[in-house]
Amino acid sequence: MSEESFAYTPGLAVVPRTYVRKVRSLPVKGEILVKKGQEVSFDTIVGRCYLEGAPYVVKLAEMLGIDPEEISNYVTVKVGDNVKQGDVIAKYSALFGLFKKAITSPINGVVESVSEVTGHITIREPPRVIDVSAYIKGVVEDVSPGESVVIGVPAAYVQGIIGFGGETHGTLEVVVSRPDEVLDESKISEAHAGKVIVGGSLATYEALNKARKVGVKGVIVGGAKITDVEKILGYRIGVAITGRENLGYTLILTEGFGKLPMSERAFKIFVENDGNDAALSGVTQVRAGVIRPEVIIPLKGSVREEGMEPLGEGRMKVGSVVRIIRYPYFGAVGTVVDLPVELQEIETESPVRVVKVRLQDGRIVTIPRANVEIISE
Amino acid sequence: MSGLNSEPRFILATDVGSTTTKARFFGKVNGEWKFLASGEAPTTVEKPVEDVTKGVRNAVKEVEELTGHKIIDYSTEELKFIMPYRGNKTGIDVYVSTSSAGGGLQMLVMGVVKSITAESAQRAALGAGAIVMDVIAVDDGRETHEKVNIVRFLRPDMVLLAGGTDGGDKTHVLEMAEVLAVAKPKPRFGVSYRLPVIYAGNKNAREDIKRILSSDFFDVRVVDNIRPQIEVERVEPARNAILELFMEHVMAHAPGYEKLMKLTSTDIMPTPAAEGLMIRTFAEMKGVNVLGVGMGGATTNVYSVFDGRFLRTVSANLGMSYSIGNVFKEAGIDNVRRWIPFDMTDEDIMSIVYNKMIRPTTIPMTLEDLVVEHAIARESIRMAFNHHKYLARELKGVKKERTISDIFEEVKAEETYIDMMRVNYIIGTGGLLSRAPRRAQSMIILIDAFQPIGFTYVMQDSVFMIPHLGVLSKLYKEIALEIFEKECLVPLGTVVAGKGFDALGEKVADVELTFDDGREENVVLRFGEIVRISIPYNVEVEVSVKPSRNFDFGAGAGKPVSRKVRGGVVGLVLDGRGRPIYLPASDKERRKLVLGWFKSMDLYPHQLMNRVEV
Repeated sequence: MSEESFAYTPGLAVVPRTYVRKVRSLPVKGEILVKKGQEVSFDTIVGRCYLEGAPYVVKLAEMLGIDPEEISNYVTVKVGDNVKQGDVIAKYSALFGLFKKAITSPINGVVESVSEVTGHITIREPPRVIDVSAYIKGVVEDVSPGESVVIGVPAAYVQGIIGFGGETHGTLEVVVSRPDEVLDESKISEAHAGKVIVGGSLATYEALNKARKVGVKGVIVGGAKITDVEKILGYRIGVAITGRENLGYTLILTEGFGKLPMSERAFKIFVENDGNDAALSGVTQVRAGVIRPEVIIPLKGSVREEGMEPLGEGRMKVGSVVRIIRYPYFGAVGTVVDLPVELQEIETESPVRVVKVRLQDGRIVTIPRANVEIISE
Repeated sequence: MSGLNSEPRFILATDVGSTTTKARFFGKVNGEWKFLASGEAPTTVEKPVEDVTKGVRNAVKEVEELTGHKIIDYSTEELKFIMPYRGNKTGIDVYVSTSSAGGGLQMLVMGVVKSITAESAQRAALGAGAIVMDVIAVDDGRETHEKVNIVRFLRPDMVLLAGGTDGGDKTHVLEMAEVLAVAKPKPRFGVSYRLPVIYAGNKNAREDIKRILSSDFFDVRVVDNIRPQIEVERVEPARNAILELFMEHVMAHAPGYEKLMKLTSTDIMPTPAAEGLMIRTFAEMKGVNVLGVGMGGATTNVYSVFDGRFLRTVSANLGMSYSIGNVFKEAGIDNVRRWIPFDMTDEDIMSIVYNKMIRPTTIPMTLEDLVVEHAIARESIRMAFNHHKYLARELKGVKKERTISDIFEEVKAEETYIDMMRVNYIIGTGGLLSRAPRRAQSMIILIDAFQPIGFTYVMQDSVFMIPHLGVLSKLYKEIALEIFEKECLVPLGTVVAGKGFDALGEKVADVELTFDDGREENVVLRFGEIVRISIPYNVEVEVSVKPSRNFDFGAGAGKPVSRKVRGGVVGLVLDGRGRPIYLPASDKERRKLVLGWFKSMDLYPHQLMNRVEV
């Protein structure tokens, strides 16, 4: 028997009190609009940049039936000129003016290049303004001029397993009384417009639809049927890279697809913070070192406190409290009683490294180590 | 890189996969090379632990725990191995590694004509073990601004640009360069990084290419033309340049790789490149035709060595962990369901698939979960093999209208040079196959996915070590081959299958087996059935097949054929299910038939199969 396991199964972070730091980066170099020490709210614009517009290529030589190196004889604009859609950018005349042709710009933009190698003119659309918000409410801890800011805040922090839709924020309202209660449409009303609602084990299709109709900002729930999620999205999910969906709100599943009670620990955090403002992001990327969706609930007081529970992964030991994350025991919580080193056979006959867990009802079950997550060490 | 030992005693190899880092430990015991232990840990390439050596350390620690052999030098914080071997189970002589972490090597391929230069460029990129994100060509049916937009938002590790024969027209390849120049695609790693572009097109356009692709944004490398003449394809220079740049740029920019590169005894190879190298070495040594498949978490890689021609393809987003949802999406529910004998709803199947996608490291604990994963595996290989066959074609010199989506369509047999009747071996590797609780499961997955015809020997990687041995073969070919044959390949057995179709229950063939000791056994193979006969690896059997007139086992329809074959862990499999494998339209009949296959192959535990109701 081994006291410690090296088969790390990083659990989802579910902590009632921690210090959250968020780096808010501009996609390209730009301007940072806040100062170190400044208090910011969810919607405060912390930085602005300009994203290059899309380029359009006009195949001039081909259109005029001339050789590429000849185009400068016909082009009427120079690199750097502003042009409007329909402006003449090249004129062609032959046979003493008998044949005339004018080429116009397809877009509003700036002439970027006139190439005698390919005979093409490139016109680029005007740049787009990109504003980056603070996303969370807190204090600017650090500024990298032109690039990013770090915002910090003491907060409750809950990661989900998969999310849909991007960043948003709103007031939390727990609309079920138990973590295994179903979130159906009767629990959602007009009063939830602009709020983030928290459900229990399953959000029904009707509930997911009603949430959009009444205009909630977010839905946090244990599970939803995969077929319902796809119906709401309008397409089939491929790879687990999400966050750009256009649902009308941000949906975070804390456990997975199906009817799965929200973990007691997460549910308790939401109940304790009922009525508080929360930031949430549905962005998920299931790759090595995954990005999981998150809920950040800033806590009162902006000064960093000592002794708060840190974020991070634990090591499994005898006595660790774990949750099983695959059928047939999905969602069950128990205590590790043994971590055998040798491979053991499970029902499917697979020889795997296992962990023996005493469930809350007293049964001891043997589970592949890969199928549990650590709740606390 | 460390110095080489001429007579190593202990070798450590790791594969830094997209999900898991796998350590394999080999040692020379009583004069023979043995596989000693394996260790696995989650790969640490992205936040919160942006250092690949952490995952390597955790995986190697597991090896230490299992063997009691001291490998890691714990006197330093940074990962360091005790090298060379000092006796008393302390130290190693060689350390090698492969990697497909962070999505492997992702490339954008550009050419002039889709079926000529772009196709050759695609073969070169795939040959280097890359994932091809998109293929852009002048005649790909997309407008220039669409091409620009696609290039703009992809984040390739590098670009391979080809086009034009030497001395031919250069306008079109310059046009493609311009698409690239105006799009200014951003590389995956860092803004200060110039995007590497390998130019393998018309040599007369080289200077113009350099002028168009400004050195502020691009790092242009020029190599020999991939299609110097229309009827000549030369992919080697481009392929080598890709591997060189992979080391220089991609690996060096990935978190922690710099540290890992200092520890290895030879360059880190992309996993598919190493896997392919080992399969190719084996096929060349034996002088046989081989099909190989590597099922990863993110990709499915197919290798073929056919009449001496080697081809490797990497199908992005067809994999068993976080791209399992995509396999399901591309295959469609009906294609997945056809391999499942249980009465399951769409929701039941999809819950298993998509919960695996979001928790990819979990392991199936129930029979239903396992059978659904195996169904997905068949489909993943089938689609990846179609992709492979699409590129395993004779050189094209004429324009053909095709789109990238065609690769998932069935490739007509006459279009590919891979003749299934002449494939001698099928080799499977990857976590799912290696972890399959019964070897017969791997064998049926490989048979159902590739659907071999005639006489084919099937083998699998015992514990997923083919990539490890591939990279090792660069330093110690003999050792790698010794371990490959003795410790890595599990001989599953021979499958004998006929091409043809008939009504269920009709006779496909009379099969006569003559054993070495003179014993004889006769089997009447009927349409829709599969028969497994236990024959160990060390036993050779003469198999004489007299097919009925609708079936061809290699000598033509209805013509008898005899071969000496070997058994294996699974034995001899006589497959009378037709090609393509026939499945009834009625769901109930289909489930009954599939359950019958499962039982005759003894695929899953009896007590579990008996509770299945049809």
